[in-house]
Amino acid sequence: MYQYLALAGILFAIGIFGVLTRRNAIGILMSLELMFNAVNINLVAFNKYINPGDLTGQIFAVFIVVIAAAEAVVGLAIVLLLYRNWKGIDIDHINIMKW
Amino acid sequence: MSTIAVSFGSWLIDRFSGFIDFIYMNPVFSLLAFIIILSALLVVSLKNIFHCALFLILALFGVAGIYILLHAEFLAAVQVLIYVGAISILIIFAIMLTSQLASEKIKQSNEQVWVALVVCLGFLLITLGSLLRSTWNVVEAPLPADNIRTLGKLIMTDFVLPFEVVSVVLLAALIGAVVLARREGA
Repeated sequence: MYQYLALAGILFAIGIFGVLTRRNAIGILMSLELMFNAVNINLVAFNKYINPGDLTGQIFAVFIVVIAAAEAVVGLAIVLLLYRNWKGIDIDHINIMKW
Repeated sequence: MSTIAVSFGSWLIDRFSGFIDFIYMNPVFSLLAFIIILSALLVVSLKNIFHCALFLILALFGVAGIYILLHAEFLAAVQVLIYVGAISILIIFAIMLTSQLASEKIKQSNEQVWVALVVCLGFLLITLGSLLRSTWNVVEAPLPADNIRTLGKLIMTDFVLPFEVVSVVLLAALIGAVVLARREGA
């Protein structure tokens, strides 16, 4: 079980690195997908090794996949909108919501 | 000083041989983990965003393989269908629609690379350290044999409320995406 959790931790750390360093909004979304996958690996591994009697962890993971799909749809719609209005998706320049 | 170096060296050799043993014992997991980590690193570090998307697909396939190793066959199928089939295609669509941003001349990372590296290495140190120090009462029982049937029954009985809520969330995301991406006045 430890190897799965370690893999998930490494994947999550890589996702954090991507979110913090990318300029491109689509790159940030891709790193977010990596982090979602790390969480899902954790849930499924805990379900198999700690609580194999039922499948609660797998159901949680399925719901996370659905939420990730919804997030990707809305996020990419926002990215396209930014591209249309700012002629670019470099998030370092898009700061009108900064107070 | 030299004894410290020698003991550290033997500790390192110990760890390394343990690592080799682990790879020998779990070849499939090691291969999948290698693929996932390598392609995830390429996803966050490559300059061309389109290549990043292709390596993201590879990483997602690797995670599907991990699910199969963990006896979550339904989740593996969902992973391939939704992540590889839908989300990746959506991301590639978005990259193509914003195409002139994907060239290699544009700098793809901002100036906080070193800070981010420190943050994520610190995170990794904390999580892996606490992982090695903690013990779980692992239950050596098999999962339900008819995995998918049990999953469907659970969704339709115990988890029917979250199921309905999540379908409303999907509907809201659909309408929200349409409203956001529509041209003004069209």
